[in-house]
Amino acid sequence: MPEYQENSIIDTIDRLAENFYRLSLRAPLIASAARPGQFVMVSCAPFLDPLLRRPFSIHRCNGSDTLQLLIRVVGRGTELLARCRPGQSLSLIGPLGRGFNPPPPASSVCLVGGGIGIAPLLFWAERLKTPRRCTVLLGSRTGKELTQLAAEFSQLGCRVETATDDGSLGHRGLVTDLLAAHLPTAAKTYACGPMPMMAAVAQTCRDAKVACEVSLEAHMACGLGACLGCTVHGDGGRYLHVCKNGPVVNAEEVAWQR
Amino acid sequence: MAALNLPIDLSVSLGPLALTNPVLTASGTFGYAAEFAHLVPLARLGGVVVKGISLAPRPGNPPPRIVETPCGMLNAIGLENVGADRFIAEKMPFLRTCCCRVIVNILGDSIEEYAVLAERLTGVAGIDALEVNISCPNVKKGGVAFGTVPEMAATVTQAVKAATNLPVIVKLSPNVTDIVAMARAVETAGADAISLINTLIGMAIDARTRRPWLANVIGGLSGPAIKPVALRMVWQVASAVKIPVIGIGGIATTEDAVEFLLAGATAIQVGTANFFNPAATGQIVDGIEAYLRHQGESAVRDIVGSLRLGA
Ligand SMILES: Cc1cc2nc3c(=O)[nH]c(=O)nc-3n(C[C@H](O)[C@H](O)[C@H](O)COP(=O)(O)OP(=O)(O)OC[C@H]3O[C@@H](n4cnc5c(N)ncnc54)[C@H](O)[C@@H]3O)c2cc1C
Ligand SMILES: Cc1cc2nc3c(=O)[nH]c(=O)nc-3n(C[C@H](O)[C@H](O)[C@H](O)COP(=O)(O)O)c2cc1C
Ligand code: FES
Repeated sequence: MPEYQENSIIDTIDRLAENFYRLSLRAPLIASAARPGQFVMVSCAPFLDPLLRRPFSIHRCNGSDTLQLLIRVVGRGTELLARCRPGQSLSLIGPLGRGFNPPPPASSVCLVGGGIGIAPLLFWAERLKTPRRCTVLLGSRTGKELTQLAAEFSQLGCRVETATDDGSLGHRGLVTDLLAAHLPTAAKTYACGPMPMMAAVAQTCRDAKVACEVSLEAHMACGLGACLGCTVHGDGGRYLHVCKNGPVVNAEEVAWQR
Repeated sequence: MAALNLPIDLSVSLGPLALTNPVLTASGTFGYAAEFAHLVPLARLGGVVVKGISLAPRPGNPPPRIVETPCGMLNAIGLENVGADRFIAEKMPFLRTCCCRVIVNILGDSIEEYAVLAERLTGVAGIDALEVNISCPNVKKGGVAFGTVPEMAATVTQAVKAATNLPVIVKLSPNVTDIVAMARAVETAGADAISLINTLIGMAIDARTRRPWLANVIGGLSGPAIKPVALRMVWQVASAVKIPVIGIGGIATTEDAVEFLLAGATAIQVGTANFFNPAATGQIVDGIEAYLRHQGESAVRDIVGSLRLGA
C-alpha cells in the first residue's frame, strides 16, 4: 500500500462547535489512496516545538484530491491547527494503518462514535455501499457538537440516534446505552471513541455475538511502525502497535480489562 | 570555487567499512527499513542501522512508552525486538534489496549474549557491520549499564570482536562522567569505529495526575534538544581517538549534519528526525553535496574534523 509525505494546501477551515473544527485539505496523492479508518500524521507547525506530528483519522475523502479532518482542540498541536488559514500548507504523511474491514454483503451494520471518535465513521458511512441498513449512534458532551454531523449521516441514508452527557440532544447518557437495542438486526458493529466507550461496545457485542471492530488511539511518534511507541495491551499478553496492527482492530484482539 | 558540475566525492570509510556517503539512520528510529520504503530513497543512503536485536525476542515495556518534551521526546520502548532468528528470516530478505549498507545494532544482558549474537549474525548475507549498543544493563553485575564502566565496555568490545569478522562499531552511552575514557577503552579493546550518542536519561511528570508520563518512569531523551550535548561529546571523542567516529544526536537538517562532520565525525546518523520528517536522510545527502560545492570542497572526507579553532 502506498504511503506519501505530501504538502497539502488548506482549502477551508470550518468551526463546527467550540474547539471543534473541520479542515479541508488538497492532498491528491493521499486522497486517491485513502481508505476508511486510515489516518494521516500531520505536522502542526513548521518548527521544532511541538516536535512530533499528530495522528488524525481521515474524516472524509472525495477519492481524488481532497480530504477532510475533524479536529478537537485539546493541546498545543491541535490549537495550532485550529489557527491555520486557508491557502496555508500542511505537511501530511499517509494514508497510514489498517482501516475498517467490510461487513458481509447487504447486511445491516451499526456505527458507534463517541466525541472526536466520530471522525472516521463519516468516511466509512460514505463508502459502505447501499442497499444496507446503517444505524449510526453518536455520543458527545453536548448537542452542539453533534447537530451538523448527525445531519450529514442522515443525508447518506443512515438512521441516526444521539446521546449527550447534558441531555441537550437525544438520549441523556452514554451512547453505549443505545447499542443493545440494535444488535439483534446488526451483522457487524464499528466503534471509535474513548477507551471506556469502546470497551463497553466490545462487551455488548460479545454478549450479543455480533462482530465488532474498534479504532484504537495511542500517542504516536512516527505512525509508521518504526518507533514502537504506540502500544496497547492486546489479547494473550501481547502488545499491539496501534499504527501498524491498527488503528482498526477486531475488538477481540484487545485486552479491555487492563 | 570548484566548478559547478565537478563531481563531489561523498564516500567515507569507517575503518574496514566503506560507505557511498556519510548519512546513516539511527537504530530504533528506522525500524527494519521496510517501514520507510515508500518515503525514503533507501539506495541513496550511506546505510541503515536497524532496530536493536537481542538473541531472543523481547516484548518491551508496558505503555505509555513515549512522551514529547520541548524539542525532543522521551522513550522507554524497552528494547522490543523480534530476536535474532526472526530478524534473519523475516527482516533480512528486504534489507538485502535496499542497495545500501546494512548495520545490525545488537544488545544483550551479558557478555556471553553479545558474543553468541555476534557469531550468529556473522556470515548472514547482506549484513555489513555490527553496532554494539552498550547502554543496556549487565544483569550479572547488578544491572549496571555496560556503557558506564570502561572495563565492562572494553570486555564487551573484545568479546564481540573475537566472535565476528564483521566491522564492529561500539555505540557509547552519554550517561557517563567521562566520555573520553569510555571511547579510549573501546578503542583499545579493538573497536573499528565509535558511534555516539545514545539517548540521555530523562523524565517527565504529569502534574495534573501527579504521575510520571512513562510507565517505566524514566526514559531516553532524543531529538534536537540533545544536539549540543551530542556535538560536544563527538568533538571530545574525535579529538581523543584515532578510529572513526559516527555522530548521532538531534540531527534533523544538513546544517546539523555538517556541524558533526566539522566536529570530527566521519559519518552521522539521523534518528528522531525520521519520525517528524521521514525525508530528512535523503535531504541531508543532497544537502551535504550542495554544502561542499558551495564551500569549494570536492570530497566530504576533507571537511571531517576541519573545525576552525582560535582566531
Ligand atoms: C489513529 C488516531 C486517530 C485520531 N484521530 C483524531 C481525529 O480524527 N480528530 C482529533 O481531534 N483527534 C484525533 N486523534 C487524537 C489526536 O491525535 C490528539 O488529540 C492530538 O495528538 C493531540 O495533540 P495536541 O498537541 O493538541 O495535544 P497534546 O498537548 O499532545 O496533549 C493532549 C492531551 O493528551 C495528553 N497527553 C500528552 N502526552 C500523553 C501521553 N504520552 N500519554 C497519555 N496522554 C498524553 C495531554 O495531557 C492532553 O490532555 C487521533 C489519534 C489517533 C492515534
Ligand atoms: C524510539 C527510539 C528507539 C531507540 N532504540 C534504540 C535501539 O534499539 N538501540 C540503540 O542503540 N539506540 C536506540 N535509540 C537511540 C537512537 O539510535 C539515537 O542514538 C538517539 O535517539 C539520539 O539520536 P536522535 O536525537 O537523532 O534521535 C532509540 C531512540 C529512539 C527515539
Ligand atoms: S507510532 Fe511509531 S510505531 Fe506506531
